[in-house]
Amino acid sequence: MSKNIIEIQELNKWYDDFHVLKDISLNVSQGEKIVICGPSGSGKSTLIRCLNHLEEHQKGLIKINGIKLDNNIKNLQKVRENVGMVFQHFNLFAHLTILENLTLAPMCVRKQPKQSAEKFALELLERVAIAEHAYKYPGQLSGGQKQRVAIARSLCMQPQVMLFDEPTSALDPEMVKEVLDVMVDLAKEGMTMICVTHEMGFARQVADRVIFMDEGQIVEQAAPDDFFSNPQHERSREFLSQILH
Amino acid sequence: MDDYNRDISTQAPLQNVAQWMKKNLFATPLNTIISLSVICLLLSALGPFIQWLFIDSTWEGNASDCREASGACWAFIREKYQFILFGFYPRDLLWRPILSLILFISFIWWSKEPKRWNRRLLWRWVKLILLIALLMRGGVLGIEYVSVDQWGGLPLTLLLSFFGLLFSYPLGILLALSRTGDLPLIRFLSVTYIELIRGVPMISLLFMASVMFPLFMPDGVSFPKLLRAQLAIIMFMSAYMAEVVRGGLMAIDRGQYEAADALGLNYWQKQIKVILPQALKIVIPPTVNTTIGMFKDTSLVVIIALSDLLMTTKTALKDASWLGFSVEAYLFAAVIYFVFCFSMSRYSNRLEEEFSFGVKS
Repeated sequence: MSKNIIEIQELNKWYDDFHVLKDISLNVSQGEKIVICGPSGSGKSTLIRCLNHLEEHQKGLIKINGIKLDNNIKNLQKVRENVGMVFQHFNLFAHLTILENLTLAPMCVRKQPKQSAEKFALELLERVAIAEHAYKYPGQLSGGQKQRVAIARSLCMQPQVMLFDEPTSALDPEMVKEVLDVMVDLAKEGMTMICVTHEMGFARQVADRVIFMDEGQIVEQAAPDDFFSNPQHERSREFLSQILH
Repeated sequence: MDDYNRDISTQAPLQNVAQWMKKNLFATPLNTIISLSVICLLLSALGPFIQWLFIDSTWEGNASDCREASGACWAFIREKYQFILFGFYPRDLLWRPILSLILFISFIWWSKEPKRWNRRLLWRWVKLILLIALLMRGGVLGIEYVSVDQWGGLPLTLLLSFFGLLFSYPLGILLALSRTGDLPLIRFLSVTYIELIRGVPMISLLFMASVMFPLFMPDGVSFPKLLRAQLAIIMFMSAYMAEVVRGGLMAIDRGQYEAADALGLNYWQKQIKVILPQALKIVIPPTVNTTIGMFKDTSLVVIIALSDLLMTTKTALKDASWLGFSVEAYLFAAVIYFVFCFSMSRYSNRLEEEFSFGVKS
């Protein structure tokens, strides 16, 4: 087993009185693909948002690439540079062209010169099949195109880990596949990925491990084949029966 | 409306007008009746006004010529316009404020294209302001010295508004960021400042700046009255700007902040590159609204005896040989105010279109 790129130990988080994450412990090794699923309100989005500190945790330890996540701004910056995130609602910068969306962080954060940042960005846009829209604004693209741009934008920072927070939930059904295709390609290239998603086909195809969460806890984790054909827990079975019809 | 005009623009212009009237004014019988009665009403109100304004008016002569005629006395404006526009600036040196005005307005015109907004433009502005200061004040290079106390009229109004906006806009942005930020002490200071300043009338602030401010200064240190008024205007305007900008910041989706954070941008990079460009665009209309309001409010400096455009107008009316032409004088001043305010309003529409980011609003 290669080294752990993410270590989570006994992570706890509260929203005021509400205990969202309860004693989560999880290790993710380099190149591993993890799919997190579970009913809404189970804390799965909160968990991956803790991984780049968009949400603060109150107890426990998170280490990314050996760097401990706490209120130290320098460490946080370093972690965020190496962890890419794709959101449910894309969150593209509406006032920048597609190309500028991609080059912003490399130029600001990594101080890359404009020319090389643009060259790399155009390569990535080529990869997600959207290069012809490089000079348009996000408002002129479809949902599926926006999400592919969002993936490319994260990849521009050459992250070691990619987090996906329900990347296809806000899409029209006919656009889901174009986004999943990009994610599958990314998985094949060996990217470490943690995806919160209900796309079980995707989970079967690429996941090394499926994690089922409910009420802030990890209820079950298993290889996708085992999880889908032989779920161990009552709650997992119930959830699967609801989403697989 | 725009599209409609574009569609028929290939036809003869007269036909356009006829078509437009038929569609918008006379589409149904009721519509026709309403249109006709509104037109009649307008004509009956405007008729006498136009008569007074142009037909019965006096354009040359003296006060007694004016009193004989029943129309407006434009001879009065012809006599007094230099004073109304430039106040007590020495008569024989009037070319200096005139040249300054022309330079200033043409430079504003040149700067209005967003594609010219760069560092070079900023430097050009610094040089222009120095040049205008030299022209207005003189005292070096053999240019005759004119004391700031003699400045007045339109240059004074423009000066107070221009520097008011120039400083209060960035100050307002900083206040808004402080008020919406995470640091409790900074937030508290910002809220206190904004609420205190907004809670008092500008007149009282001007008064304090003029009367009380010198009391707190050590002996021998004195600011010119103009500078004190300018400071008061900046303080007042920045509190209002702060609230306008805050409105824009609140309108930005949280996802924009999160995406910027997730990419590793630090606080200032996030604000400058991602949040502010979008927030400031959203609040262009209220920003211009506040600016127009402030432009007119500069006339409150009369209470500390600075003679801005409105004050010079009032002073002109006190000339004993020309008593009784206040309507004409105020109309003249109103037209000048209107030209500036209306241009700002048009320009704000233009900017909104410019920053539409490919999305039709």
